[in-house]
Amino acid sequence: MSDDLSQRVLKVIATSKRIPLETVTIDSEFEQLGIDSMDAVEILFALENEFDINIPDDEVRSVRNVRQMCEGVEKLVAAKSDSAAKQ
Amino acid sequence: MRRVAITGMGTICALGRNTAEFAEALREGRPGIGPIHSTDMTMMRFSNGAEVKDYSHQPYFDDRHADFMDRFAQFAVIAAREAVTDSGIQWTPELLETSAIITGSCVGGQSTEDTGFHDVYKLGQNRVHPLTIPKTMANAGASHISMEFGITGPSFTISTACSSAAHAIGQAYWMVRNGVSDLAITGGSEAPFSFGILKAWEAMRVVSPDTCRPFSKDRRGMILGEGSAMFVLEPLEAAQARGAHIHAEIVGFGMSADACHITQPSAEGAARAMRAVLKDAKLSPEQVGYINAHGTATPANDPTETAAIRSVFGPHADKLAISSTKSMHGHALGAAAALECMATALALRDGVLPPTANFNQPDPQCDLDVIPNQARAAQVEYALCNSFAFGGLNAVLALRKG
Repeated sequence: MSDDLSQRVLKVIATSKRIPLETVTIDSEFEQLGIDSMDAVEILFALENEFDINIPDDEVRSVRNVRQMCEGVEKLVAAKSDSAAKQ
Repeated sequence: MRRVAITGMGTICALGRNTAEFAEALREGRPGIGPIHSTDMTMMRFSNGAEVKDYSHQPYFDDRHADFMDRFAQFAVIAAREAVTDSGIQWTPELLETSAIITGSCVGGQSTEDTGFHDVYKLGQNRVHPLTIPKTMANAGASHISMEFGITGPSFTISTACSSAAHAIGQAYWMVRNGVSDLAITGGSEAPFSFGILKAWEAMRVVSPDTCRPFSKDRRGMILGEGSAMFVLEPLEAAQARGAHIHAEIVGFGMSADACHITQPSAEGAARAMRAVLKDAKLSPEQVGYINAHGTATPANDPTETAAIRSVFGPHADKLAISSTKSMHGHALGAAAALECMATALALRDGVLPPTANFNQPDPQCDLDVIPNQARAAQVEYALCNSFAFGGLNAVLALRKG
């Protein structure tokens, strides 16, 4: 996973949840950060805007921590650039 | 304190254009859920809803009359007309002056507002239609009902998200019970199928991509619905004196606030509303035989509601029959509790408990008797109707067989 991508995800989480960036790490669990389901939905909205991606509901159902979130975003960003390349 | 009877019922929703069609669909466990046609769904992550199929104002309102009414207000009047006709009430000048109209609606005429905002924001027009405000206001349903019948008594609208109609019906019940009004028209109406509103629901990630499966392990969220149900409430004695048909009695109303989270439900808040209704109705938990559950089929609601029911009813929870009719008429937001109160009244009246449709798989977190898929013949004396709103504002009605 690229550092740049995960840094952007961490920043989105911190900005959206309004917590200091340094409290969010790649190893943080949502529960540790006090992220509940509504917070998570807001973060997904912010990530969709940040990366210009659409995150399907099914992709997010089992996401419980920052690493899973970064991996999910990376997959969707890669899929987007693949489809752009094909075009 | 007076006893309060439901003497008239009317509805229009995904399950039918009147109470008889609604009752038949519930008995057959036949959902009214399918692809949404009211708006373009190609850009949406979900595609299904519980719409009033092929709705046009024309058999109900002439064109000029309809110009003044958003779809949600039309539904309110259509349901109220059936309820009033069904009640057989003869209006007198005195009754018109003292009757109450209390309706519930969550989004009101926001579909009209959505169209107007589309005109100015997207199309760059410099003006919106001058009826945008009077069509959008959430009290338009109550206002049009008052004009329809010439009712000039206390009339207002309650907006408490998914509990709106329960708060409205409960308030109307208390007003008739306490002698403030000798008749009330009450219920809820909603028509949320416009692009902007659906986009907002999509963003919350609570809408199911297929159908509504309350209490089923494979549930994937709610299905939005639309429509209206309205009731005529009267003092029982007066209703009996004029030989009115009594569909059911309303015997209690309980409310609570979670004071917890703006969207996450709280079992304790839900339990407090159920305890409040039992106290108001002077019922012991063991007297209740059926609960029409809030049962949205979201991951959060159904286990929370199960825990709340278990905490209030204790061992009796295992003898209770529970179902979520949202599995058939969808979640009609501010009209939901009205449709569900009607389903509850019909269950008591007809001795047929409606099922939880689309049920596939038991969930250990929702281990109640949820009447899966098949309606059940059962004579029940007392039933509850649960409504738990976003914002944590809960309202529960208690009904008795008429």
